[in-house]
Amino acid sequence: MSVTTDENSASLISVRQLSFRRGDKVIFDNVDMDFQRGKITVILGPSGTGKTTLLKLIGAQLDPDQGTIHVDGQDVHKLPQSELYELRKRMGMLFQTGALLTDLTVFENVAYPLREHTKLPERMIRYLVLMKLQAVGLRGAAGLMPSELSGGMARRVALARAIALDPMMIMYDEPFSGQDPLSMGVLVKLIKDLNDTLGLTSLIVTHDVREASSIADYLYLIADGQVIDQGTPENLAKSDTRWTRQFLDGLPDGPVSFHYPAPDYMQDLIGQ
Amino acid sequence: MTSVLRVIADLMSNVGQSGLHFFARVGRSIQFLLTLFRALPSLLPRPDLIIKQLYSVGVMTIVIVLVSGAFVGLVLGLQGYNVLVRFNSESSLGTMVGLSLIRELGPVITALLFAGRAGSSLTAELGLMKATEQFSSMEMMAVDPFKRVIAPRFIAGIISMPLLAAIFSAVGILGGYFVGVGLLGVDAGAFWSQMQNSVDFYEDFMNGVWKSIAFGFTSTWIALYQGYDAVPTAEGVSRATTQGVVNASLVVLALNFIITALTLETN
Ligand SMILES: Nc1ncnc2c1ncn2[C@@H]1O[C@H](COP(=O)(O)OP(=O)(O)OP(=O)(O)O)[C@@H](O)[C@H]1O
Ligand SMILES: [Mg+2]
Repeated sequence: MSVTTDENSASLISVRQLSFRRGDKVIFDNVDMDFQRGKITVILGPSGTGKTTLLKLIGAQLDPDQGTIHVDGQDVHKLPQSELYELRKRMGMLFQTGALLTDLTVFENVAYPLREHTKLPERMIRYLVLMKLQAVGLRGAAGLMPSELSGGMARRVALARAIALDPMMIMYDEPFSGQDPLSMGVLVKLIKDLNDTLGLTSLIVTHDVREASSIADYLYLIADGQVIDQGTPENLAKSDTRWTRQFLDGLPDGPVSFHYPAPDYMQDLIGQ
Repeated sequence: MTSVLRVIADLMSNVGQSGLHFFARVGRSIQFLLTLFRALPSLLPRPDLIIKQLYSVGVMTIVIVLVSGAFVGLVLGLQGYNVLVRFNSESSLGTMVGLSLIRELGPVITALLFAGRAGSSLTAELGLMKATEQFSSMEMMAVDPFKRVIAPRFIAGIISMPLLAAIFSAVGILGGYFVGVGLLGVDAGAFWSQMQNSVDFYEDFMNGVWKSIAFGFTSTWIALYQGYDAVPTAEGVSRATTQGVVNASLVVLALNFIITALTLETN
């Protein structure tokens, strides 16, 4: 297997032979993935398969048991902290819960990375923050505290914060959950626009198959610690693998289990 | 016979396990402290972070310290007068009130109040930040939580404690004065001059200052560590908060005994 890791390669992120477990539970078993520069790659998978875990591995917040992850040619788990932090300034991440700083207003949350990492004058910061908030439709909420936001709003503020430093890539963890159809549409378009106009590389983790396929350049389906299928949306739509069909068509029964691994149901109920 | 052996073996393995657990925690908390030390230099260009925390750690604790100091001083005045008057030495009331507050009660009670008021809120705040992934999101924004969140709170705790203890002692002395001189008729001149003669700046006053710095160091460290290490759930945070206050109080009392024993011995 040729590992393409140089800075000019087509893939910004390459995951090689990644294995990771939590206690006895295997989350990833020898997984390979590539995320192309300037493209939107969507990762689909049932709840609890390790999608959030994958993003944390890419951001080097977790260390793999085996395998490597290269971002822009650098092995993220081998970087010293200072270089890792330099790299992270160019990696935006939208947390599943928003993860806003609760003691700061919406405005200050979005301004936070700018204040920490740039020496821009106050006027410029204000200009940038309002611009980012306008993009997510929450300029009017600039003065609110995070506790005064709904879940969906918090996630949009987190998105504004993630793009504050104009990163080279953004990892979105469930950007669509908790959004009404209107803001969902706006958000889908925003992600697409950000990707196209800023030349970002986007990585979206979601279960919203329809929204995701509408903007994805490439899709990965993961389940049970494996990549079970991958391809462009057109290819996957035509795929007749049982896994893929089940997941894309939302069928409850099939090879992908809705249930967390458990002992036999009847035996569990009768207690022996 | 075998069942007795089994019980003993179980007991020993339980003791062993909680022992291991305990030492693992101590080890992690020391590692935490070392990481914290490494983050301290980064505060030099950012005094604003410390000042903000001085407000929430120190200033917010002043009221409770004022009230408690006053009551403790009042009681000291009453009890002290009651004992001293039997030996016709009620004029030494100033000495008694001053020394006991400055050397022992000021630092110790302030540290216990500090653990309950400031320490618990530090633990809860950090625990909640962890539970809501704020530390993770800071790390992903290339901001080190040790530098921006933990170190400023630690320094603010160390600065606040001696100041609060001094406030406690001062208010306590006024309380003792009020009871002794104001209500019970001790001579005001004797109250102050006896205190002035017998309280030594280095032996007594600085002793209290060093103690309160040591208490500030340990109780802030424990509070921050408990929050940072909390299980990231509502229940985990509440347990960490209780645990933090209990541990900090016990450690302060034990430390006070050790420091007192050491300093009295060298006298
Ligand atoms: N801190 C943790 N300690 C132990 N196990 C964990 C921890 N965090 C997650 N897990 C386990 O790792 C697995 C993957 O979790 P992860 O959060 O990555 O799932 P996910 O794919 O993002 O799910 P969802 O779509 O519901 O967000 C889960 O089975 C979970 O039980
Ligand atoms: Mg998730």
